[in-house]
Amino acid sequence: MEKIIDMEQAISYVEDGMTIMIGGFLGNGSPDQLIEGLLEKGVKDLTLICNDTGFPDRGIGKLVVNKQVKKVMTSHIGTNPESGKQMHSGEMDVRLIPQGTLVEQIRSAGAGLGGFLTPTGIGTVVAEGKEVVEIDGKDYLLELPLKADLALIRGSKVDTKGNIWYRNSTRNFNPIMAMAADRVIVEAEEVVEIGEIDPNNVATPHIFVDHIVRGTL
Amino acid sequence: MDARERIVRRVAKELKDGDIVNLGIGMPTKVANYIEEDVEVIFQSENGYIGMGGAPEAGKEDPDLVNAGGMHVTVKKGAAFFDSAMSFAIIRGGHVDATVLGALQVDQEGNLANWMIPGKMVPGMGGAMDLVVGAKRVIVAMEHTAKGSPKILKQCKLPLTAEKEVDLIVTEMAVFEVTEQGLILKERAKEVTLEEIKEATEADFIVAEPLEIMNP
Repeated sequence: MEKIIDMEQAISYVEDGMTIMIGGFLGNGSPDQLIEGLLEKGVKDLTLICNDTGFPDRGIGKLVVNKQVKKVMTSHIGTNPESGKQMHSGEMDVRLIPQGTLVEQIRSAGAGLGGFLTPTGIGTVVAEGKEVVEIDGKDYLLELPLKADLALIRGSKVDTKGNIWYRNSTRNFNPIMAMAADRVIVEAEEVVEIGEIDPNNVATPHIFVDHIVRGTL
Repeated sequence: MDARERIVRRVAKELKDGDIVNLGIGMPTKVANYIEEDVEVIFQSENGYIGMGGAPEAGKEDPDLVNAGGMHVTVKKGAAFFDSAMSFAIIRGGHVDATVLGALQVDQEGNLANWMIPGKMVPGMGGAMDLVVGAKRVIVAMEHTAKGSPKILKQCKLPLTAEKEVDLIVTEMAVFEVTEQGLILKERAKEVTLEEIKEATEADFIVAEPLEIMNP
């Protein structure tokens, strides 16, 4: 199956109201060109699942500034003043989630789990409305899986079959999100032939990847 | 020596050879500059690696390598990269020996508030809630008061980051240990009197005997 597609085709899979996971950590390892595509297409009412809302002029943050986001599930909005503004005005629904819980919710969805128990958030506002389960005398919060219609991720090297290798700190949420969405598009910094990535170094196996776009940003 | 330098110098002494340490953004990051030469600490970065080094030389920044504050850094020999699920397994799973964080408020029961001021500043908790719950030792590094009003309280008023997880509080005036019995004042800065500390601290505390001098 041919997985390499162009940007136009990639963006054709994005529709208003979708729930989309976007990889990256403060813009590091985020699929910037796919984000540009979302900006150009002007899709709206998106629910984003992402570690943070980046910066006003870079990456995910631009989607917030462009008012394309209805709801965001994220661990941090502090580097993008526009996110705070839209949260306070009620324009955007912001759900703040501890980072370790957020990534594990995504992993749970991808790993076929019905949720998990975490000590994080006990005794804080994060626990509001959640079931507390006691295991061996210690309290844990029941957290549920989180999946998406679409995951947009970034790989440093992607072979034509879809195997991904990530360089340095660009890995972050990308391989986890690749497991948790109905459709997964990877933006490849570099597309390589099958075999060029040593199978021992594949961090996302190709079965998780539906489409590959060549990144130029 | 200014207040912040005094704080980070003192915190640095808490880190032991071989410790795996996560430093928060801002002042805690500077702790790395004051670790004794014969002490090797392994720094963990929540965005996915251990073995973090200092800032790169100007012009030698690697676009694929940032710390949890989005700043360019380097990695040391023997570093290891991983994804965010592994990173938080390390953090939550008790594999981090110590974390150093700033605070808006901390109280005599070891409760910590450092992630939001309702209606004013809501940056989000990022990885802080996981770190405070998961790290073996939680060290708060902060200025003793906020424009003169105490930050070490009987009870935190701001939304908590975590309950009863703080182990040590280091300010420019004093060092407190959080124990089952409450706060124990272990050290005072040389030019600060016990009276001055009492005045700047809302929380009740026990004074250690002897009361040591900070950064002698």
